[in-house]
Amino acid sequence: MSENLIEFNNISKFFGKVIALKDVTMKLKKGEIMCLLGDNGAGKSTLIKTLAGVHKPDEGEIVIEGKKTVFDSPKDALDMGIGTVYQDLALVPLMSVTRNFFMGREPLKGPPFLKTFDIEKANQIAAERMGQIGIDVRDPSQAVGTMSGGERQCLAISRAIYFGAKVLVLDEPTSALGVHQASMVLKYVVKAASQGLAVILITHNVHHAYPVGNSFTVLNRGKSLGTFNKKDISREELLGMMAGGEELDKLEVELEEMNRLNS
Amino acid sequence: MSDKAKSIASKKTSSQDERLKEVSKLRLLLNRPELGAVGGAILVFIFFGIVAGDTGMFSAYGTLNFLDVSANLGIIAIAAAMLMIGGEFDLSIGSMIGFAGICIAIPAIYWGWPLWISIIFAFAMAVLVGYFNGILVVRTGLPSFIVTLAMLFILRGATLAITRLITGRTQVPGLRVLIENDPIAWMFATDTFKWLFTWLGSMNLIALRTDGTPLATGIPPSVIWFIAATLFATWILMKTRYGNWIFASGGDKNGATNVGVPVGRVKISLFIGTAVAATIFATIQVLDAGSADTMRGNLKELEAIAAAVVGGCLLTGGYGSAIGAAFGALIFGTVSMGIFYTDVDTDWFKVFLGAMMLIAVVFNNYIRKRVTESK
Repeated sequence: MSENLIEFNNISKFFGKVIALKDVTMKLKKGEIMCLLGDNGAGKSTLIKTLAGVHKPDEGEIVIEGKKTVFDSPKDALDMGIGTVYQDLALVPLMSVTRNFFMGREPLKGPPFLKTFDIEKANQIAAERMGQIGIDVRDPSQAVGTMSGGERQCLAISRAIYFGAKVLVLDEPTSALGVHQASMVLKYVVKAASQGLAVILITHNVHHAYPVGNSFTVLNRGKSLGTFNKKDISREELLGMMAGGEELDKLEVELEEMNRLNS
Repeated sequence: MSDKAKSIASKKTSSQDERLKEVSKLRLLLNRPELGAVGGAILVFIFFGIVAGDTGMFSAYGTLNFLDVSANLGIIAIAAAMLMIGGEFDLSIGSMIGFAGICIAIPAIYWGWPLWISIIFAFAMAVLVGYFNGILVVRTGLPSFIVTLAMLFILRGATLAITRLITGRTQVPGLRVLIENDPIAWMFATDTFKWLFTWLGSMNLIALRTDGTPLATGIPPSVIWFIAATLFATWILMKTRYGNWIFASGGDKNGATNVGVPVGRVKISLFIGTAVAATIFATIQVLDAGSADTMRGNLKELEAIAAAVVGGCLLTGGYGSAIGAAFGALIFGTVSMGIFYTDVDTDWFKVFLGAMMLIAVVFNNYIRKRVTESK
């Protein structure tokens, strides 16, 4: 299938005089994982919020399944199948797995005006969904606070998929995790993509991005440095392109210079 | 695998399963927010059972007495608990009680309104005050502690000033004669289950007056409202979508907003809830006393919050229960009345109240750690 599931064409966003994003273009197919790389201040957060419908782009267009679309609110984006998982995950540690899973979108039962939260059904679905990822929820009424960081991340992703996300936008899903937990999350992301979702993975960690990504878009100071297929670019080249890569090169040169002078 | 080995294996797994279940049930119980308040209430009853068991505290009359006090506090404590679970405070509850009282009394006595219209008017004012509190907190993002503290002063001052302006005094008596035949007032002023108490009296099972009528005439309206409020609030919190939104709004405002919970509307409705609960409290008291007093409900907001905290509500929101708050109110009501039946000076009541709160906060903090950090 060659048609793009989602396209962001020449998106720009200005805050007063500040150019937060300029002419950013991204195209994703079903089953594709695109990693969005960039250092702090590169415009990643602004781009995420534009994807999620929080900000409206000042220039450019969003095209979903061939149709030009404008998001008026985060709910709009959600309804169009853009599932955003923020860094804070939107999970409440004191609430149960089930209550978190269905937060804001609780299944109801009963007669009109006396509809109640169908907690049995919710428990069953939550346990089933978590089981599919390989997380054994002994008791779906246990508090989310008892879960590990990776499990929470997977819960948040699983929730977005359950509620109809076709495009998953993941904001730094591995940044707070150890190696084991991060690989658990990345494995799940690959699995989700293999089931036909498009995934935009936002990260500043090339080592986490490179193994799972099909393509890579590098942001630097609000501008896209281009999108590269995996076969066209190496891990080191990617690292070099992110802001800081140049700095690191410079640092290396300077250190060599110092060594030469000292010897 | 031999039969013997099989049977051992199956035995082992089944016994393991059983143990797992038991442990999780116990854990479930330990993790309930109302555990502390229920345990505390049991201790209080045991204490007074020993110290004051033969003094008449637990006679029909004595029991209804402390239940009435608990119930009045309970009505506002439950609303305060729901608001606290939603992540906010309302310090204007006590002032709202005084304000609602004169909203009933002045129209009914001085303006000649029918009593039922005055009562509806008071509830309408409560919705307005609650809405105003809520919209201020939601729109400004200021701590509800400050916003409702301001409302505490504004409402109390306005109550006093308006009453003195219109009546020249600080009390409005003369409501009792209006209660009869009123289409609404009976809901706040009628003892129920009178037949039961008459029957118990005729069987000589409860104390009688000299004219042969029972000393305790029926269940006071506050108790009925209290039980109804507890059941209603628990149903909302545990069984409805709105209940889940309350927990979510208090647990993590941003997270809840991001997944589509209308946090602002939830909070505003909870502020309306506390103001309406204060008005229920006020209506019952005004009709019972036959008069409104501008100082009614003074400091009640703190007692309500204390009862909610003893009942397991976290001050940071997102956790707690209505049943816990109900038991918290029962503890305070029982002790405040029970202390009369003992040799202890009633001055000590506030000391007890404070100590109880401290213990509850420490205990709740421990429970929260258990819930969120254990694996």
